[in-house]
Order: sequence, then structure tokens, then C-alpha cells
Amino acid sequence: MKRMVGTVRTLAAVAGLVLAGPALAAEGEAPHIEKQQWSFAGPFGTYDPAQLQRGFKIYREVCSGCHSMRLVAFRNLAQPGGPGFTEDEAKAIAAEYTVVDGPNDDGEMYERPGILADHFPSPFPNEQAARAANGGAYPPDFSLLAKARAAHRGFPNFVIDAFTQYQEQGPDYIYSLLTGYEEEAPEGVEVPPGQYYNHSFLAGKTLAMAPPLFEELVEYTDGTPMTVDQYARDVAAFMMWAAEPHLEERKKIGFRVMAFLIIFGSLLYFTKQKIWRKVDH
Amino acid sequence: MAQQDTVEPTRRDFLYIATGAVGAVGAGALAWPFIDQMNPDASALALASIEVDVSAVEEGQSITVKWRGKPVFIRHRTAEEIEKAKSVSLDDLPDQFARNSNLPADATATDEHRAAPEKEPWLIMVGICTHLGCVPLGDAGDFGGWFCPCHGSHYDTAGRIRKGPAPENLMVPPFEFVADQTIKIG
Amino acid sequence: MAGHSNYVPQSAAAKWLEARLPVISLMRGSFVDFPTPKNLNYWWTFGGILFFVLVAQILTGVVLAMHYTASTAAGFDSVEHIMRNVNFGWLLRYLHANGASMFFIAVYIHMFRGMYYGSYKAPREISWILGVIIFLIMMATAFMGYVLPWGQMSFWGATVITNLFSAIPLVGEEIRTFLWGGFSVDNPTLKRFFSLHYLLPFMIFGVALLHVWAFHTTGNNNPTGVQPKSKQDTVPFHPYYTVKDLFAIIVFMILFAWFAFYVPNYMGHPDNYIEANPLVTPAHIVPEWYFLPFYAILRAIPDKLGGVVAMFGSIAVLFVLPWLDTSKVRSGTFRPLFKQFFWIFGAVCVGLGYLGAQPAEGIYVILARILTAYYFAHFLIILPLLGFLEKPKPLPASISEAVLAKSGGGQPAGAVAAPDTK
Repeated sequence: MKRMVGTVRTLAAVAGLVLAGPALAAEGEAPHIEKQQWSFAGPFGTYDPAQLQRGFKIYREVCSGCHSMRLVAFRNLAQPGGPGFTEDEAKAIAAEYTVVDGPNDDGEMYERPGILADHFPSPFPNEQAARAANGGAYPPDFSLLAKARAAHRGFPNFVIDAFTQYQEQGPDYIYSLLTGYEEEAPEGVEVPPGQYYNHSFLAGKTLAMAPPLFEELVEYTDGTPMTVDQYARDVAAFMMWAAEPHLEERKKIGFRVMAFLIIFGSLLYFTKQKIWRKVDH
Repeated sequence: MAQQDTVEPTRRDFLYIATGAVGAVGAGALAWPFIDQMNPDASALALASIEVDVSAVEEGQSITVKWRGKPVFIRHRTAEEIEKAKSVSLDDLPDQFARNSNLPADATATDEHRAAPEKEPWLIMVGICTHLGCVPLGDAGDFGGWFCPCHGSHYDTAGRIRKGPAPENLMVPPFEFVADQTIKIG
Repeated sequence: MAGHSNYVPQSAAAKWLEARLPVISLMRGSFVDFPTPKNLNYWWTFGGILFFVLVAQILTGVVLAMHYTASTAAGFDSVEHIMRNVNFGWLLRYLHANGASMFFIAVYIHMFRGMYYGSYKAPREISWILGVIIFLIMMATAFMGYVLPWGQMSFWGATVITNLFSAIPLVGEEIRTFLWGGFSVDNPTLKRFFSLHYLLPFMIFGVALLHVWAFHTTGNNNPTGVQPKSKQDTVPFHPYYTVKDLFAIIVFMILFAWFAFYVPNYMGHPDNYIEANPLVTPAHIVPEWYFLPFYAILRAIPDKLGGVVAMFGSIAVLFVLPWLDTSKVRSGTFRPLFKQFFWIFGAVCVGLGYLGAQPAEGIYVILARILTAYYFAHFLIILPLLGFLEKPKPLPASISEAVLAKSGGGQPAGAVAAPDTK
């Protein structure tokens, strides 16, 4: 048994060396996405409600002009483990939105103020309209974006990630993208009209979204610095919540499950030892 | 085994019992998500209350709205219908209770306890026959109220069972007038 | 299966039942009294672990199906409905998605254990072949399950894999159209995949019972590869292996919980959180990790039909493994040369898995070709030759002797059977 483990270890080390070579060689091109500090990272991570509220404000005042968030409902704003709005606050927010409902008894669609059960209305009626208004580019829906984007991690990072519980590639990328615009593209990079250079963009060198954030663009009332860096962090955290609203519950239950399994596993181990004590095996 | 009954539980017994007990607790906790997933989900709960604008409902008309997947009858009763409902003696009613979710369970089935408070013409009821769940027809039956075609239950102008197999009056759901012409159901 | 029961019905009701349907003695003979070699190590617990994972997948799958909608219009949103609205829906879905990976982790360990200890050799060939059939159905089930969330990887994975069948000469195109039920992966495809994804796990369950029946007929293999010779070589399955397997299952569950609760999307692909779009292919189409070695073999051959044949051949070769290994000795423990080649083969499989995730270009293709060639050489050249070239170590006379030798031989010969002194 020991020798088997030893052999596995040696082989794993050899395989690692062999595989790391080409992996390192291939990674010159892709942008490097820095890891950021997030309150929701790690086994005991929780969302910071104040940060989510600030992020929501940015979404509402800046992003929602182009980006939909169709899977999130107003009631979610008041659910536990989220931005921490009270139900009345969430109702008030919902009422500020106009929602299309119907048909009424005359067969007409009509507009009414939003209620908690409504989802966030989309800025464009369909993808074609969104493209037409954005020079052919389609602003992606925000609901799952923080889980739908990730930079390639490569070997050996992807192995390490399983142990360090790194699941924040999405917000890291969103933060990097929002802070990654550069006025001057580096030499050799052609920036077509209507495109902007961004050193963090994964699917090319330039993208159709103009730099969306500027200093003091959104009013913070809690004294948080009104910088692009802070805005990018806040909106990325908000988007993580929008994509994974049950994260806190998941990690909390996960801890209990782990504790239970370790206790039960230990008891079973001793039970097994007792039962096997009289058998030489 | 028989001798062991008389001696103190050994450490081994304790270990086995503890392991079994912890395992049973774990199995119970594991079962809960599999059961709870069948309960109404968050989106269904969010739609548990609806608001209805009744300004267009004239006297003598009714509308049917959907609440929690069930029909709710909202009737704007005529003076004649109210009079008819009020004239019935409690003793003539098969079901003596109001079956009004907004009132205590022992409230009697008078017309005041069935109609909307202070808005006597308005009658709001879940349109489900209390017999076996069919939807009764309006303006029908021997008592000028509702008639369930499935098994022949007759309801009067206050939605009370008068004749047929249904055991109870039509249920009045929790509701309130949030504005003069707007009813919130649920 | 029932031949090992010591069960004697006591009550009148039990006697009545036993005379009509001997289900109690069948269960007892198979999972309580069944004489099991006493020297099975922890690699043998993966059979029990696999049974647990299969049951867990069926249970979570059945409840997920209560909320899932199999349609291209609503499939993606219904999964998000499960994740956001259904009570514990996120938990059930993450358990099910990660459970698929756990299933493959366990099955690969189980298979490599069988290869190391020669569990496929006579008289257990049928058990091994049934296992390979389970593996095939598992792959089909996992593949179709991955299509159901109707994300970008679902759609393009389905497109790529179903296109494999178009490589079949003459009728390939027709078969592909037949599989799709249309001219591309679309609503009919999704609905049939859902139906089959629900059906196949029960077939796995059925074949798994045959798999157990087969090795209960021949008796379990064990780390020495020597057949049990006397009662002293075996212990009843319960409580010895029930408690050991349960302990192993709990330890495995810790790994499972680690992924399901803390890194639930680690095994998945971000692109699958984008709804399927038949007009845009993601930049890197990568199958789930458990298919990567086979995917690497597919891409290593620069010919459409050749690649498909090689990929299916890499699994087909497992069916004839019992006859490719010519060695008289069962367990790798006593085969010094085989042992070396076994670990090289394991590393080659891991290497193929890595290459399957890399772009099909340059050095990666060359490496994939070398490793693919080695994969087949292991089965078709090395294993047949080893049986003739290798000089195995002496085998122990019995399991008990091997156990005594391992524990230093310091105990008196009667120690094994000594009664509990307590």
C-alpha cells in the first residue's frame, strides 16, 4: 500500500513536469487576470450587503441602460444572503420600474409599476433591437455573467484551485475588464472605429463596450471612495450575487455537512476497527 | 446475549449506539431537501397575492380572476340579491359557518360574514365547489347563485350551500380593499 | 447468489414468505452472510461507493426532473429556476452535476483496481465485461445529461458527439439525422436525450446487479489474486464489509461535499452558463473531464472515420482484455514487470486527459499521437507479451498465509481463529 502511494506520487510529479512545459509555453498570449480579494471567497465567505447595494446602484444607473438581468426578480433584493434590502425597500424599488403586463380584457398589453414578483425588465425588447442600438454588438445579460466568464487557468493552477476553493474567476475578470481600458492601444493593435482597447478582454483585443465607469459617476452616500476601481469591485460583487444568490446558504450548509461527515466518519472508523479487531487481515 | 442484558453497557455498545444515532440524524437531515423541494417554490410564493381593479365591474356582473392557480369569483351583487341572501334564516343553512378566511373559524354564515366588510355588494369567493373541486356556474341553480354541474350542488346569492352533496359554503379567501376599487387577494 | 445464506426463517410469516419468494435469504446470501475474502483493501470499497453514487444520482435526478422542462425554449431557464427558486434546488442540482464527476472518479479507480489486481481474468471475465457495459451506458448517460441544461457547451457538445456518427461510411449522415430527429441538434434531440437520460440509470442499476451476481458466483477477487481456500480466508460481508464500505463512502462523501458545496462549478465549464446559441460556437469546445482521454484519442487521428474508430476502439479493447493478458498470475502484486507498465499506462491515461483539454495543434497533436499509440500498445502488445517474458514472484499458498506474512509472521498460527478474549 505504502509503495503504491509512493509510486503514484513519483508518477504524478513526473507527469506534472512533462505537462507543465507545453502549458507554460502556450500561455504567452492570453491576458493575465489578477486575483482580487472578495468577501464571498473561501469556505466562510459571505456577501457584503453594503457592497451589493452599491453594486446594484451602479447596475441601475449605468449598466442597465444596455444590459438586461432577466433571471433576477425584485423579490430577490430582499431575500436573505443578498443586498439586504427590506421588503418595503424592494417594493419601492420595484415600483420605480415600468413593467409590461397583459393582455388586459381588451386584448391590449399595458404598462404598470413593477411588483416584487416581477423580474428586472430588459432595456431592449429582443436581441435584434439590442444589436441595432449597440452597433451590432449584443450586451450580454447580467444574470449569470459572473459564472459564464473565466480566464483559462492552465496547469498547475487548475489543480491548486480545487484545494484553495478558487471560484471567483468571474468577478475577477469583470473587475479586470472594467479597469482594463487603455486610451492608447499598444503598438500593432488596430482599434477599429466603435471599438475600444482593453488589455483584459478575453475574446480579442478590442470590444464594442465603451469604458462605462468614470470617477464620481455614481453617488455613494456611505463614504466609500467614488473611484473606477471601487465601482468595478462593487458591480462585480453584485453580479456574483445575481449569478449565485444562494452562495451564503450553500457555504453555511456545506460547513455543517463537513462537520457532520468528519464526526460520523470518525465514529465509523472506530466502529470498523472494533469490528475488525479479532480478524487478522 | 442474554447475560449481557444484566451488565453495564460496554464501551463497544456505546460506540455502536453513538455511530448508529449520528448516522440516523444524518440520514434524516439528508432527507429534508428531497422533501422540501416539493413545497411551493420562491416564485410561486411571490405570486401568492394579487391585486384586482374592480372599477369596471357593474352591478349584477361578476369577474373571475386566477389566484394561486384557482378561480376567484368577484361578484358585484344587486340590491335584490343582497336582500335575498339576508332573508335566509340560519337554520335553513346546511353549513352554519361563514367559511371566511378573514373571520374567526366559528363566525356564523350570515350575509354580513360572507360579503366584504362595509362593502356589502361585493362578494369574493374561491370558485371551487366544496364537494370535489369543480368550478360552479354563475347565475344558476335553484337559489339564484351558483350551481355546480358535476354533482348538482346549489349555492345561494351569498355563495352558501343550500342543496346537494357539497358540505360547506364556498370559501372566502383572505382579501382586503386596498383602495376604493382595488381588491388585494391573498 | 442465494447459495450462501445461513438464513433459517423463524416466524410463521417468514416461513410463509420464504416458501413463496425467498427474497430474504437472497438478500442475506448476497449482502449479509456472503463469504468475502478478509484481505480486501480500501481500493475494493469503490464498488460500494459506486453503488452509493448511483443511488444518489437517481434520487437527485428524479427530484430535479420534477422541476426541469425539456425544451429548447424553456430548458435553460428551468435549470435557473431550480437554482434560484426551488427549495434546495441549488443543492440538488449541484449534487447531481458534481455527482456525475464523482461517479467517474470512482469508476476509474474501480477499473484501474480491477486492472492492477487482474480482476478481469478467468473466471471473472463476465463480471469485467458487464462492468465495461456499465461504463459505456454511464458515458451515454453523462453525455445526454450534460445536454439538458441547454447551455453553449451542452449544445455544441451534443453537436460534436452526434456528428461522430456521420463518420460511419454510407449511412453516417442518415444515422446522424435520425439521432437528431431533424437537421440539427434541436428540440426533438433535447427531448429524446432527456427521456433516455432518465431511462439509462435504471439500466445501469440492472446491469450492476448482474455484475454483482457474476462475481458473487465466482467469489470476489482479492489483493493476492489467490482464491480463498478455507473458511479462515473469508469473513461474512456483514458486518465486516458493510461497515468498511460505509466508512469509505463517508470519506468519499467528504470529497463530494467539498466540490458540491465549495467549488460546485469547478468541474463544469463557464460557457454552459450561456444559453445555447446555434449560430455561435464557443472558442474552445471541451468535453467534461471524464471524456478527455477519449477525446484526445479521437483528435489524434488525422482522419474523421479513423478518429472515431480509434476512440470507440479504445473502449472496445477493454472487452477483450481478459484474453489479451496472457499471464498465469492474477494479481499485479506478484508481477514486477507488469506493475511498472501498469503505472506507465495510468500516467498515459492522465496525459491523454490533459491533451484532450488542449487545443488540437502543434506539440499537443504529436504528444497525443504518441500516447494514443502507447494506449493501444499496452493492451495489444505489452500485455500479451508480458505473460511470456515476465517471471512472477512466488504466490502465497492462501490468503491467510499472505496476511500472516504481511503482519510479520510473529503471531502464532492459531491467532486468526482465536476466539475473542473479551
